Amino acid sequence: MAVSLREYRAKIKSVESTKKITRAMELIAASRIIKAQQRALAASPYSRELTRAVSALATFSNVDHALVTEPEVSSHASILVITSDRGLAGAYSSSVIKEAERLVEKLKAEGKTVNLYTSGRKAAAYYKFRNRPVVQSWSGFSDQPTYEDARAIANELIEVFVAGEDEHEHATHEVHVVYSRFRSMLVQEPTALRLLPLEVVEGTEAPAEGDVLPLYEFEPSAHDVLDALLPKYVTSRIYSALLQAAASELAARQKAMKSATDNAQELIKKYTRIANQARQAGITQEISEIVGGVNALADATAASE
Amino acid sequence: MASGDVLQVELVAADRLVWSGEATMIIARTTEGDVGVLPNHAPMLSLMVDGVVDVTTTENETWVAAVDAGFLSVADNRVSILAEHAEMSHEIDLEKARADLDRAHKAGEDDGEHAAAAAAAWAEARLRAVELAK
Repeated sequence: MAVSLREYRAKIKSVESTKKITRAMELIAASRIIKAQQRALAASPYSRELTRAVSALATFSNVDHALVTEPEVSSHASILVITSDRGLAGAYSSSVIKEAERLVEKLKAEGKTVNLYTSGRKAAAYYKFRNRPVVQSWSGFSDQPTYEDARAIANELIEVFVAGEDEHEHATHEVHVVYSRFRSMLVQEPTALRLLPLEVVEGTEAPAEGDVLPLYEFEPSAHDVLDALLPKYVTSRIYSALLQAAASELAARQKAMKSATDNAQELIKKYTRIANQARQAGITQEISEIVGGVNALADATAASE
Repeated sequence: MASGDVLQVELVAADRLVWSGEATMIIARTTEGDVGVLPNHAPMLSLMVDGVVDVTTTENETWVAAVDAGFLSVADNRVSILAEHAEMSHEIDLEKARADLDRAHKAGEDDGEHAAAAAAAWAEARLRAVELAK
């Protein structure tokens, strides 16, 4: 009994230190998530103004642009999967990957070839393990993405979208993004959205009926402005996806670490009870041994007298 | 000046709102040359090049900011200046801008790359903004 008591004490100690770690991770995630939300909020004026400008352009000029034209035939599709770099965030990365897999299936059923792009080490590892080719991976910024990261991704995706089939081996007709949308601290939903060709007027950002857009003069020309604006618009969409993904990752991590801490607490409670029982059993046995010994001694002395 | 005749200005970088407030005049550098915007300007959407934005506020103060390629939109006395990077003159780290410029020039000499040219232009814009603010 004494051995198992020691074993239980060791187990309690180890669970206690695990609990300390998960608790620390929970607190770190909680403090970072506020910063991540602030960053997402700080980036919103830019995307709002950009959307406004692009809508104005789309409404008042009849120029066509490669980035908004629907291709006549679409045989190649690209998917950007945005996951985290690190684990210990519950089902965060796997739910995004699952959503991406669904999209891949759907596009394949439509007879399209799918090229994969990943952001974050988790998605890259997932596809590498399954020996599935990934055209390009980016990683190292999942919990605090910068605009430069978004631009690197956007440049690559725009390049493959604009390129003709014989110009680029990964030329594509449509680009999708799968990421985790941050709805609240408790709810983050994996979302798939088509990035290119652009659907310029976003349902959420569309100007209201009465809010008539002013008749702009474009300098140097509507086409040139559109040319400069649309890549920025794409970059800004990717940036906002990355920021939402970062906030979702931290929220998922906080939740996962919270339940890990709670579980550790439960485990400690359970082990403490078993250890107490074992200690009590040991004491009871010792007492009965002593009592038995004393009785035997008393019997022996009585018999000799 | 009537109270309605002021410009509502927002200087926005990709990751934050740099400055917002009321102003009476803005000078920015577009691809077509420098443009001055006064209240009641006709609606305009124009591309900017790396350079300096000069804003005179309603308190008659002037501040200067460095912006990289972005655009300027004017409508109904609302002016939005959008750039991927924007820094007010007092936020600019002069040493860092100089170092960036040197590095960009060196990188440019090696292969004359587009990225190096953009970095150099951005560094120059920051240096100019600091000089103008003095």
